[in-house]
Amino acid sequence: MSGGGPAKGRKVVVTCAGVLIVAVMLFPLYWMVDASLLRTQDLVSPTPTWFPLHGTLAGYRSVLDSQGGHLLVSLGVSLGTVAVTLLIAAPAAYGMATLRSPGRRALLFSLLVAQMIPGIVMANALYVAADRLRLINSPVALVLADSTLCVPFATLILHSFLRGVPGELTEAAALDGASRLRTFWSVVLPVARNAVITAALFSFLFAWADFLFAVTLTTQDDRAPVTVGIYRFIGANLTDWNSVMATGVVASLPAALLLVLAQRYVAAGIGSGGLKD
Amino acid sequence: MSALLGKAGRTAPAAAGATGAGAAGAPGGRLLPWGARRAPGRRRTGWRAFAFVLPAWAYVAAFYVYPLASNVRMGFQDYTVASFFTGSAPYVGLANYRAVWHDPQFTRTVVNTALFTAGSLLLQFAVGLGLAVFFRRSFPLGGVLRSLLLVPWLLPLVVSGTVWRWMFYNDSGVVNQALLHLHLIHQPVPWLVSTHMSLVAVTLVNIWVGIPFNMVILYGGLQAIPEQLYEAAAIDGANAWQRFTRITLPMLRPVSLVVLTLGLIYTVKAFDVIMTVSQGGPANSSQTLTTYAYQLSFQQLTFGRGAAVGNLLILLAVVFAALYLRAVRDQEGRAR
Repeated sequence: MSGGGPAKGRKVVVTCAGVLIVAVMLFPLYWMVDASLLRTQDLVSPTPTWFPLHGTLAGYRSVLDSQGGHLLVSLGVSLGTVAVTLLIAAPAAYGMATLRSPGRRALLFSLLVAQMIPGIVMANALYVAADRLRLINSPVALVLADSTLCVPFATLILHSFLRGVPGELTEAAALDGASRLRTFWSVVLPVARNAVITAALFSFLFAWADFLFAVTLTTQDDRAPVTVGIYRFIGANLTDWNSVMATGVVASLPAALLLVLAQRYVAAGIGSGGLKD
Repeated sequence: MSALLGKAGRTAPAAAGATGAGAAGAPGGRLLPWGARRAPGRRRTGWRAFAFVLPAWAYVAAFYVYPLASNVRMGFQDYTVASFFTGSAPYVGLANYRAVWHDPQFTRTVVNTALFTAGSLLLQFAVGLGLAVFFRRSFPLGGVLRSLLLVPWLLPLVVSGTVWRWMFYNDSGVVNQALLHLHLIHQPVPWLVSTHMSLVAVTLVNIWVGIPFNMVILYGGLQAIPEQLYEAAAIDGANAWQRFTRITLPMLRPVSLVVLTLGLIYTVKAFDVIMTVSQGGPANSSQTLTTYAYQLSFQQLTFGRGAAVGNLLILLAVVFAALYLRAVRDQEGRAR
């Protein structure tokens, strides 16, 4: 970094500039939190209400009433997506990275390309397939569809991580007579714990944030995840911004938590090598 | 860490792309030499290891190859709401493509897609680069502020889009209120009401969403430029601007290509932002190919036409993917 000791005052100025940049970039988030606490008359006023001094929690109460079900659907679907994703991705990463299975480069390449398929194409085809299987409005369809957003990423990240695990470790287990499945379960997975957690956290987030599959695969309101809940909420009543914003805040909580948690796990994953810089 | 976050984040697709390219593009495991070495007693492992990757292959076939093939086929079928009841859809050759081509909305949609993509890419990149350069210097709280900038990009896009939609309201929206207050405008800009402004509004939101991603990847690229280059240039009397144009920009070229091609892939398929901010309206003025395909399939229930537009998007994706893989290869080539 730029060494040399310029006056301390200059660094303070730079920090102030940095704070200003962050404040501008994050302003919409502040505005959401602010609005989630404001009364309706403040929300429609022609002058902005910068601070929720006369705040109300009515918005959050209505989140519980009207969005509670959607939040539960989102939670269930996201957890299911994490499970399906890890079930596919972890063994595949182990097979490719540690056991060097044949055709691994073809598989890695397929996964890499798979994520470039436009989402609307997937939605179109999956809707038709789900209709044929009578899975429209079923959380199973959403879990499977959402997993297509996560499997490539999770496999690739676990693969990179496992490449960094010394072969001696699994060989020692094999010498002790452990089967491959056992080695995978009791040696590889514990070692890869951080990468698994990272893959799981991001899978959760992708599924939680999914809107395209949610809006195409659910037609019944009580089966819809929270992203669709918000979307139909604004469609239905354009004035109740207080409740809409409160829902937005609640729907953002997993991302906020992730940022706090992932700091540690993502850093740990990198520390163990496997990814370029 | 930021590099991984960069790869892991919002650009889920793109994200893993970057990671995967590193892995897939490196024959014999350049990243970690010991992983590449095949242990002596391990030669037999090959096919039995296949049991572990078999589920993944089956998954690729069922969840990527099948939908892709099914969409390509639907593009040639008269697949409407009736098909769901009868279970059959007659083949109609290129009729869907002709119908889309002659749809007066189509040209506008293509132009919108191009403008939306170009505007998003350029400004995301420019602002992202500016921020990356800014945060490259070390100053108190620099790391914390840099991580905070990632927040917008971890939020569900539906949430961000909804907030922006409200901020763009004519009279009670804060964007107009702030601009009026600063005397930058004299009357409210009809962001989401006017057919001339809606595409601009949607593009602005998408730029806001994409800035963190660009910043993170470019920041990683900046970190890789050897400090000695700058020191040497400073000794030779180069000023800050010269150092930026003669060292930073050329050295960032490979990373920039990767960022831009990833951005391209990601921007063309943007859906959530447009749907929550403007729904493609008013009067289709902010419709792009992706939302148009959605409209054809899921609102007009002409799935065959939706599939046809989807297939155009696949063609675009193929071109962009080729560009991306080439950019990654170039970058790896230089890093070597």
